[in-house]
Amino acid sequence: MAEQNIDQFLEGDGLDTEREKTIGQHIGYRYDVNLVPDMDRCTDFLRKYMNVMGWTDLNWLEDVHMGYEEGNPAVFDRNINGWVTIPDNIELPDNQQDRDMIARELLVKFQMAEGHPMVDLRKAYEKFA
Amino acid sequence: MGSVTTSHEMGLHEEQLAGRTQQMFFSATEEENYTYPWSYEVDIEKSAEFDAAEMEISEINLKIRELMKSGHGTITVNNPRAKHSLGVGILNRLNLNFNGSLGYFGCGLIDGANIRISGRVGWSCAENMMAGTVVIEKNAGSLFGAAIRGGDLVCKGQAGARVGIDQKGGTIIVGGSVGAFTGFMMQRGRMIILGDAGDNLGDSMYDGTIYVAGKIASLGVDCVETEMTDLDRKYLQGKLDLYGMAAPNGIDNMVKLTSGKQLWNYDNLEPTEKKLVL
Repeated sequence: MAEQNIDQFLEGDGLDTEREKTIGQHIGYRYDVNLVPDMDRCTDFLRKYMNVMGWTDLNWLEDVHMGYEEGNPAVFDRNINGWVTIPDNIELPDNQQDRDMIARELLVKFQMAEGHPMVDLRKAYEKFA
Repeated sequence: MGSVTTSHEMGLHEEQLAGRTQQMFFSATEEENYTYPWSYEVDIEKSAEFDAAEMEISEINLKIRELMKSGHGTITVNNPRAKHSLGVGILNRLNLNFNGSLGYFGCGLIDGANIRISGRVGWSCAENMMAGTVVIEKNAGSLFGAAIRGGDLVCKGQAGARVGIDQKGGTIIVGGSVGAFTGFMMQRGRMIILGDAGDNLGDSMYDGTIYVAGKIASLGVDCVETEMTDLDRKYLQGKLDLYGMAAPNGIDNMVKLTSGKQLWNYDNLEPTEKKLVL
């Protein structure tokens, strides 16, 4: 099998098969959901996060990968059920494993920040103070 | 406390939802926070212990919450006596130990806690778990890890039927065997079974990976064997070492199963198909 172009969804629309062209959308995820992390590529921030949480591996972040939404690199935030775009000034590495680690780090920073939408949603809808 | 009125006052009903992408961007220089803004500040070294033998379910869960509020990061609950719905909805970092067994729906909806249960667990343990670790020293009932979305869920004994039904992420590890329809409608995540698997393993799985060390009674629809990679082996070794577990015949003899993707259907193909048929 030919190796997949890592920038497939940044350079084009990702519509490769006849079926995808017919329906006008890519079939399946825009990344390999089954790709397990290579811990040798873990960032210092993620190691600190794991340490605070009492984990020795990535735990829930194993399911976080860098995806692509509307031609931009993005990461899916399950807490807001939406894609969050990766800033332009972040240089993307040439392999998915390193890209995934960046996505994980940025997602943790985003979710734990005071400006995350869940902070307001929680104030509005929480049942137990 | 929030209410419908509060959400209107905050303007949450006025915003037009125009698209899926959040036009809100990461700041890579964001201050380093490692826990949710609303979570309790707890000290893992500060521990507390209480006896739950004569307590009601809600009393036990409230007691855990109160102890977290007062900064306790390690809590031990003695004599849970297989009561249902214990340790649910904990959205905090916390070490929680249950000395005894839990009933139905134990440790559901947790996000970040590390839980150890010395006994057994009933149906639907850790259902909808988001993050953290749950380790059960003995056996687990049916629907173990139903709809789990993240974290590590470990049963060192045997587990019942429909383990990881509708799994959407995370890792489920079972040291013994699992029952029929394990991995039914699995959507993503990983399952590691060190014993045997019952009938219809991975039936109608959409995505995700199942690793099995023992015998498989039968595979479900669209569950197919896939080649194990070096990355898989490294991952499995690391994960099993973490919980002091091992594949009985070695990782090299485990089988990797994924979706055959023959059930991937898309509604918006239907009009075109209909046109072709007509």
